[in-house]
Amino acid sequence: MTNLLAARELMAFTLAFHIVLACLGVALPAMILTANWLGLRRDDADAMRLARRWSKAMGVTFAVGAVTGTVLSFEFGLLWPNFMSRFGDAFGIAFAVEGLFFFTEAIFLAIYIYGWKRLSGWAHFWSGVPMVITGIGGAFSVVTANSWMNAPQGFTLDAAGRVVETEPFKVLFNPAWSYEVPHMILAAYMVVGFLVASIYAVGMLRGRHDRLHRLGLLIPLTIACIVTPIQLFVGDTAAREVADHQPAKFAGMECIQETGDDQTEYVGGICTSDGVKASIPIPGLDSYLVGFSKSTEVTGLNDIPADERPPANTLLHLAFDAMVGIGTALLALGVWFGFVWWRRREIPRTPWFLRAVAVSGVGAILALWFGWIVTEVGRQPWIVQGYMRTSEAVTEAKGIWFAFAGVLLLYAALGTGAILVLRAMSRRWRDDEADEAEVPYGPQEAAAP
Amino acid sequence: MSRADLAAAILWVGATLYALFGGADFGAGLWDLGAGDDERGEQRRALIQRSLTPVWEANHVWLIFILVVLWTAFPDAFGAIMSTLYVPIALAALGIVLRGTGFAFRKSIRSPRLRRVMGRTFGLSSVLTPFFMGTVVGAIAAGNVPAHGDGSTFPSWIQTLPVMVGGLFVASSAYLAAIFLVGDARRGGDADLESYFVRQAFSAAAVAGALAAVALVTLHSEAPYVYDRLLDQGLPLVVLSSLCGIGVLVSLLRGWRRPLRPLAGGAVAAVIWGWGVAQFPYLLPTSLRIDQAAAPSPTLDAVLIVFVIAAIVVLPALGLLYWLSQRELLGE
Repeated sequence: MTNLLAARELMAFTLAFHIVLACLGVALPAMILTANWLGLRRDDADAMRLARRWSKAMGVTFAVGAVTGTVLSFEFGLLWPNFMSRFGDAFGIAFAVEGLFFFTEAIFLAIYIYGWKRLSGWAHFWSGVPMVITGIGGAFSVVTANSWMNAPQGFTLDAAGRVVETEPFKVLFNPAWSYEVPHMILAAYMVVGFLVASIYAVGMLRGRHDRLHRLGLLIPLTIACIVTPIQLFVGDTAAREVADHQPAKFAGMECIQETGDDQTEYVGGICTSDGVKASIPIPGLDSYLVGFSKSTEVTGLNDIPADERPPANTLLHLAFDAMVGIGTALLALGVWFGFVWWRRREIPRTPWFLRAVAVSGVGAILALWFGWIVTEVGRQPWIVQGYMRTSEAVTEAKGIWFAFAGVLLLYAALGTGAILVLRAMSRRWRDDEADEAEVPYGPQEAAAP
Repeated sequence: MSRADLAAAILWVGATLYALFGGADFGAGLWDLGAGDDERGEQRRALIQRSLTPVWEANHVWLIFILVVLWTAFPDAFGAIMSTLYVPIALAALGIVLRGTGFAFRKSIRSPRLRRVMGRTFGLSSVLTPFFMGTVVGAIAAGNVPAHGDGSTFPSWIQTLPVMVGGLFVASSAYLAAIFLVGDARRGGDADLESYFVRQAFSAAAVAGALAAVALVTLHSEAPYVYDRLLDQGLPLVVLSSLCGIGVLVSLLRGWRRPLRPLAGGAVAAVIWGWGVAQFPYLLPTSLRIDQAAAPSPTLDAVLIVFVIAAIVVLPALGLLYWLSQRELLGE
């Protein structure tokens, strides 16, 4: 038991750390290329400077993301050897595809990041386009591996429970991929859009209202605000699909005790076996959200065997509500921005708008984490829904708590280091605006060896 | 050749490319560590940084490739290795984190003191990571990983052969790196730097050769199955490796630069394939055969298809990256 808890905490922590960097790998290339395109198309030196700086920053985050991602690959085996030896032949297929995307992304990312000075403008721009495609492809394959754990199919077991036959396409296109994958890709664009915008919002709050800052805020914020309403729609669909595929998870996240129709939607609160305390109840809404009618029957925890119910019900419920709450707040921010832009073609003047943007990055990351808590804790006690329990999958290796403590310290240093390095880079850029190294696409003569 | 054998061959292709390119990156870290104080080492470190910067992340992906092919095509072997050798594997993972971030942070900061700390982190972890990876390979060759996993935690890899193989990994990484850096230094037109790395290549070759000889003797007592086949079916590859190694030494002495990289690469690749041939048909000698560990055919087909796509898409892209990098078209 203690090994199981330690392994789960370690996995959760390293995943939470990595996923922020993974989002940057998925969505930052699109922001960079947007700035690069504006720069080339309109001969805009500020946009070009932004593209160049963001790509330098991505050089750092991609390096940290590549190593923390490698740690996760090791952890599959180190923490869950029984899961991998039993289901690696099905679960692994998505990762084989992921390997292709990640490899291609790493190659073109290197060409793009280090190609600023010596490649010609448009050739350099096009060398970056594969990053956008492979980022999305990579996100598809990793998330479809996770959705397979939620809705496993495409394999046949023998009497001993071993996989004897596989159907790779059914593994890749399992029932959960169609809502998990877009939900995560859109989340990556939201996280990166709001995060990058928030950095420039902080700069503007500190009085730096130059064009570079305005553009640095506008490009990512526009992308994030376009994506947010789509995300809310996809998320809403996802919740209905979860209610359908994983009733235990849905009952856990909505705190539904008894199966039946006319279910109350509880906003916030503490889940107990005799109802939800300290919440805002909205009668009938939960049934309505699941089936567009108050008479929709929703499965409650009473119909789930006691040893198959997700743990930490309150955590699950609050994480879900917080994710939806933050998403809605970000939508409101986007409406505010969109309205003012439509009327006046400018960023809202009040500092409250900048303050809201300044916290939106952290908010989006929190929503991302809460969403994954719902997905992962909500699937417990299963690692492969209905087929293998997490407790069967865990390693018997000793010292996982020590490893966890060591990883906490290591990642704390890593995170602090990365942030300090990025801040130092940004300060350096501010101090020498006219730095020669900042001028992209320098003279071609320099290319001669 | 069965599908399972083909998948094993793909695994070996990945291991070879990782050993050559990832290995050279680790070796460069060793030379960075031993480059001397700030003043003396400045040029050497600058060359290492220029050589590694655009390519190390792509080179690193071969490791991911190996892990993914292993767990998808041979899940039983993956589980068995991970549950037995979790200590050296976790240490290698730690080394990978420190190596990558140490390198990436160093080139992005300016404070000399912090740069030194990051440089040492990068250098030390570049030595420890291949060492622990080598102990894993040595422990597998020695038959210390039982097919059902959960082998002994420490005796499985703290043994003469695994430790020797660990040392051999470090030495051959350093050897490859020195050879690569000789070429990069020559392209940069720095004769002092070039002759420095020629000297380092000689010393690394001597150490790697000596360790290989010791490892062979240890193989006899600790991994008799692998030993017997290595000197039987694997003999041509052992001879090929030795010839390539001699060719490298001759080229270095004569000042021939063109054949250096292919010959040094050949010397290392031949050993890896010699090891493969010597283990055949086992993935884990002598408890788990390739066909026993293999995933169902549709999964193996998927792995083969992915490999073919990789050969069509990834390899040309990788070639483009190396070409641009070697023509000095990429840089900070």
